[in-house]
Amino acid sequence: MHETRDSITDIWGDRAPNNGEWQERIDERTIEPPEHWVQSACVLCSNGCGMDIGVKDGKIVGVRGRGIDRVNRGRLGPKGLHGWIANHSPDRLTTPLIRRNGRLEAASWDEAMDLIVERSQTIQQQRTAGAIGFYTSGQLFLEEYYTLGVIGKAGLGTPHMDGNTRLCTATAAAALKATFGSDGQPGSYTDLDTTAAILHIGHNIASQQTVLWARILDRLAGKNPPKLVVIDPRQTYTAKEADVHLAPKVGTNIPVMNGLLNLIIQAGHINPEYIAAHTVGFETLTATVSQWTPERVEQVANVPVRDLQAAAEILGTARSLVSTVLQGVYQSMQATAAACQVNNLHLIRGLIGTPGNGIMQMNGQPTAQNTRESGADGDLPAFRNWDNPDHIADLARLWNVDPMVIPHWSPPTHSMQIWRYAEQGSIELLWISGTNPAVSLPELSRARKILQKEDLFVIVQDAFMTETAELADVVLPAAIWGEKTGCFTNVDRTVHISHQAIDPPGEARADLDIFLDYARRMDFRDRDGAPLIKWHNSEQAFEAWKECTRGRPCDYTGMSYAKLSQGSGIQWPCNEKYPDGASHLYTDSHFNTDYDYCETYGHDLDTGAATTPEEYRADDPKGKAFLKAADYLRPYEEPDAEYPLWLTTGRVVYHFHTRTKTGRSPELNRAAPDAFIQISEPDATQYGIAAGDSIAVTSRRGKIIVPARIGDIIPGVVFIPFHYGYWDNGNRTRAANELTLTEWDPISKQPHFKYAAVKINKVEA
Amino acid sequence: MHIGNYLALIHGSEQQLADALDTIAAHHGDEPDILQTCQLLACWSRQHLELLKPIVDRYSEDKNDEPERLSSTLFDEPRNGSLALLRDLHDLWLLAHEVQLCWTVLIQAAQALRDRELLATCQQCSVDTKRQISWLMTRIKQAAPQALVVAA
Repeated sequence: MHETRDSITDIWGDRAPNNGEWQERIDERTIEPPEHWVQSACVLCSNGCGMDIGVKDGKIVGVRGRGIDRVNRGRLGPKGLHGWIANHSPDRLTTPLIRRNGRLEAASWDEAMDLIVERSQTIQQQRTAGAIGFYTSGQLFLEEYYTLGVIGKAGLGTPHMDGNTRLCTATAAAALKATFGSDGQPGSYTDLDTTAAILHIGHNIASQQTVLWARILDRLAGKNPPKLVVIDPRQTYTAKEADVHLAPKVGTNIPVMNGLLNLIIQAGHINPEYIAAHTVGFETLTATVSQWTPERVEQVANVPVRDLQAAAEILGTARSLVSTVLQGVYQSMQATAAACQVNNLHLIRGLIGTPGNGIMQMNGQPTAQNTRESGADGDLPAFRNWDNPDHIADLARLWNVDPMVIPHWSPPTHSMQIWRYAEQGSIELLWISGTNPAVSLPELSRARKILQKEDLFVIVQDAFMTETAELADVVLPAAIWGEKTGCFTNVDRTVHISHQAIDPPGEARADLDIFLDYARRMDFRDRDGAPLIKWHNSEQAFEAWKECTRGRPCDYTGMSYAKLSQGSGIQWPCNEKYPDGASHLYTDSHFNTDYDYCETYGHDLDTGAATTPEEYRADDPKGKAFLKAADYLRPYEEPDAEYPLWLTTGRVVYHFHTRTKTGRSPELNRAAPDAFIQISEPDATQYGIAAGDSIAVTSRRGKIIVPARIGDIIPGVVFIPFHYGYWDNGNRTRAANELTLTEWDPISKQPHFKYAAVKINKVEA
Repeated sequence: MHIGNYLALIHGSEQQLADALDTIAAHHGDEPDILQTCQLLACWSRQHLELLKPIVDRYSEDKNDEPERLSSTLFDEPRNGSLALLRDLHDLWLLAHEVQLCWTVLIQAAQALRDRELLATCQQCSVDTKRQISWLMTRIKQAAPQALVVAA
């Protein structure tokens, strides 16, 4: 075995001071010397590190970082260095399975696909395509999502398509759309190399994107380190490095952000010329945040006045600023509203569109950006606006179908609503690809009941027998990363290609091939009678996608497989104007809000009520950004006498999602073998709990039993990681989502995983 | 002067709207959004009732059971299923428009009376009512196709 560093014990590796340009360091881990290397990128978090796959005798034997890549300069994190071992797990699915007499039995591809087609056609005939839903992932490739999007929207004509990205990054898209008119991150990772200050809110970046955190640690070790402000109720690795750490009460992001904006406006640390020239809504914003004096913020959010002032001083005076936002905002009360306040911070200071100034409304998954771009989730392809008839006509021309075929009478259905329709029986066929809702959805007892319904035909397309696959009617064995070719896009708009390095095991097939086979068997046609899907492999799909993006914010037309296979990943937009990609959006401070161009006409931040096209046109901002204001709303479930503690959920550094891959790496699994509950010292003393004690945690929806960990969290709040389900340990109820709420943010429709009221008590192990 | 007539109408219909929102919130709690949003909207309607109190005291209101009769005509017995949700949202929309029309009438009268307090209160409340109607319309448009075309 060859290993350049032990990433399990030393997560981020050695420091190399970053004084404006991040140095290369090649991280590598192989179990045998590879015969050759194949270009790829990592899929075990949203960072999108360029990596090469080492191959010997048709097997993956290791990985190394790509030094040339702009994202990671050769570095890889513990998940990337270890997770690939899952490709060769003996328990990969290698043949289709069909449920017969209550049991999943091996079947041929023909049998499985014939059954799926027969069910699809019958259901469509009897109930229309509105009885068919798709629930996909943030793990498939761009070409696969786009193909799925066309099948659903122009082939079947169902509005019911979404991804598990709804659970992790829907708010990123919603907040970017609300403020700037369309999805798309304004800045670049390279902003971190020069910025004067960094804000992380609800984002434990040290655990979530370890390589991006290494970039920041290297800045902190260099000359002129940036000031760091962290907002998180836990004392995370990230928080421990902060100059100012604010630990607000659960559900109080809006009071804290409004309090910060108020102090910054009061101190005059704003850019009035920028505000006047490039934004709308400053008066309302000022009126709203002026109610949030530091004293009132302390009262509501429990953040000391002097700490809020210290944070406002940094955020108000730094000459440049990078802000990152993640689940602590996206999965909490007033998710979109709070994420918008971070956008507001940059706009009122005019810190956007230039080097050193970036907003990262982070993604949770490696290909989440593509689910959002391509139309496989609750958005239309290439950030088109479902409420704009011209955008629908445009898609209809591109696909050569009648515009009436494309469902656009209301927004594409969001995942929690898809599950509700399935629960009520109006969705009869649900096709799940690359995700494990039986562990990742909120309120799991309900999710399991839906998946087991007699009148719901469930197709699961996956690499492993997940908790969800076990409940399916048909299981399709999927090829994964390393076994197929395709592209994906990370948070800072960098597109990578990942080439096929090895063959999939047994009869497993690429998701793209499965979707193409379905389209062929369903015989989807365009309006001239030609096949609707005109591509047969991933490169052709990529070319079709490029056409779909022409002239849109995520313009891929300047890219090709050949160009992407030459060195570093490339940022979109990449077109005639930006042949090598663009590091920043909005460099001219003209935002994507024009009536004819924008992706949305916006919503009421409290209710989610849609702004009508007529209302939007009457006040067309014509390229100015929206300063959206929001006042505080209390969470709908709060601790009480019966359930006295707040539960919040999240991740650990060694695992990704429901551990389908990371749980199969012996090293990662040893490093983090089980779920736990993190309890503050005062609460542990009060309940007489010692580290390692077995604790029953109960909410109004379920009960789990997990061992205790003490410390690094504010009193009154407990934390449980959401990764752990039952495939490798069915002895004990331990999935955090047994406890969580079915409830969503009114704009992004992202569920509220970050709060629920629970009670705890010690039990005999 | 007949201000009292409309104060009774707005008072009664806003009360009916708040109660109906509470009922629908509880009844359709299995939806991912109905419970929380209807509770929020009900809370706005109850705030309006508080704001109306000093005005009602000043002008005194006529007795009027029309809002109650309207509400009992609209809302059927508790209904289940997606069509039931659509019909309940539909009836909330009608009731909210009754409220909105009352604000419009009172805003007109307030101007003729040069009553700044009445005018400001009605204008402020009318903004919230419009937001309630907007949400109901958004939700109705989303629910209609599935309820009418697909659901059994």
